[in-house]
Amino acid sequence: MKILVCISNVPDTTSKINFTADNKEFDKNGVQYVINPWDEYALTRAIELKEAKGGTVTVLNVGEADAEPNIRKALAIGADDAIRVNAKPVDAFFVAQQIAAVAKEGNYDMILMGKESIDYNGSQVHGMVGELLGIPSVVPAFKLDMVDDSTARLEREIEGGKEVVEVKLPFVASAQQPMSEPRIPNMRGIMTARTKPLAVKEPVGAEAKAEYVGYSKPEKKGGVKMIDPENAGELITLLRNEAKVL
Amino acid sequence: MSVLVFVEGLNGEIKKSSLEAASYGSQVAQQLGTTATAVAIGEVQEDALARLGEQGISRVLYDADSRLNQFVADAYVKVIAKAAQQENAKVLVFSNSNIGAAVGSKLAVRLNGALATNVTSLPKTDGGQFVVTRGVFSGKAFADVNLAADVKIIAVKKNAFEITQTAGNTATVEKLSAELSDADFAAAPKETVMQDTEGGVLLQEAEIVVSGGRGLKGPENWHLVEDLAKALGAATACSKPVSDLDWRPHHEHVGQTGITVSPNLYIAIGISGAIQHLAGVNSSKVIVVINKDPEAPFFKAADYGIVGDAFEIVPKLIEAAKALDK
Repeated sequence: MKILVCISNVPDTTSKINFTADNKEFDKNGVQYVINPWDEYALTRAIELKEAKGGTVTVLNVGEADAEPNIRKALAIGADDAIRVNAKPVDAFFVAQQIAAVAKEGNYDMILMGKESIDYNGSQVHGMVGELLGIPSVVPAFKLDMVDDSTARLEREIEGGKEVVEVKLPFVASAQQPMSEPRIPNMRGIMTARTKPLAVKEPVGAEAKAEYVGYSKPEKKGGVKMIDPENAGELITLLRNEAKVL
Repeated sequence: MSVLVFVEGLNGEIKKSSLEAASYGSQVAQQLGTTATAVAIGEVQEDALARLGEQGISRVLYDADSRLNQFVADAYVKVIAKAAQQENAKVLVFSNSNIGAAVGSKLAVRLNGALATNVTSLPKTDGGQFVVTRGVFSGKAFADVNLAADVKIIAVKKNAFEITQTAGNTATVEKLSAELSDADFAAAPKETVMQDTEGGVLLQEAEIVVSGGRGLKGPENWHLVEDLAKALGAATACSKPVSDLDWRPHHEHVGQTGITVSPNLYIAIGISGAIQHLAGVNSSKVIVVINKDPEAPFFKAADYGIVGDAFEIVPKLIEAAKALDK
């Protein structure tokens, strides 16, 4: 079984978010980058399936060279090889077209990624990849198992419940908790990751359709109003008369 | 040309988030000097569809194919694409739900459209552009995005738009048939299991959320969260450690890798407010934090705070909430 796992290189959750160039560019200064946490669920599940059933796990990133430390980290966690499409990921449609091109060429059985990236929160790429390849996309899935060699069984979240879906390979799925328990790379993994293949490909010609023209930050909150615990019921009165939310 | 809004049903009624999308779509239609049509699928009562007129929808296209009573992405996409072509829709509006995101991204490819999800503003259309604001960086920022394609697809953030209401307006309901084949149902769910909310409120649609953390010491104390939620008409939620410990089910976990909520009121009991938790709740309009540790980081993000023992404070809140006249 050949599994392709798509990972994004994103600012760590604790990062301070700032913008430069008159609020037109994200300020990378001092920002620590990590593998998108949602993608880690896809990556570890792919590795678990490989360990149980055999096969290979290829990691794919559409991004610039500064993503390579985190691509190596994915290799250290247990992926076999990696591909970086050397391009700035300008919008979801552009990225989806790059992934679809790699997926087509590599003939993968399963294309996994996180439910969304924690930077652009788009939740768009998986559906687009499925549509571009003409295969089902099961999103967002929190359980993934193989029924037999050609069929997978997934559980996906819907508002207020869940659906159990069985699909033939190949398919696209996006992952969310609790699909797997993300792993921390061990020393042996880190050592072997250095020599695992990381291919750099040039992007296919693709257009972007969403142009990011500027950024802003939410207004700062006015500060917290503390209420005496002895008189806690006062909170309910304030929520009705002052905040007007009850 | 027109604006097309996809509305989702729940128990025969239209979901609150879809009423928000319908209100949004009608306002966009007004801006563009056209009308808004809705497309509905599956089990929705016809009078609920007609009432979409109150949100400014003039016509509703309804595909009553019973195979669509459960969500099947490919089939839904086909129905909505057919409606879009029939109406010559240049703007498609969805709610930013799991279903909305799944069909929106497929439709963007199929209709060669530009997609923005998690949208928090009406479009600005000066200078031939079509710019909407969307939430990015897990609630820590907004981005302005120009949708540069003939067809624009917008998934609006939940609870970011008021439901507009013109009493008495009704929409005409017309049948729509997309002539679906068995192939469109190849990835149909084998089974759909709805949570038993016991007459409670669905977390993703809730205006008020009461959430508990490890400070509640164990699942046996969850009646505090549940009773307060019941008194306020709220949904219940929990922090990641609580779902990891199996005190509560995963579908109640709000935060970075759980569900993102943006209710009018979020009450956090015994949750310290790690940055990963904040990422899932920081666009709530009013945040209340109850914690015995005055140094809990959550107080910095709160509008109201109480430092003290949840086991003493929450019963007082329940009592006060019950005393409110509705």
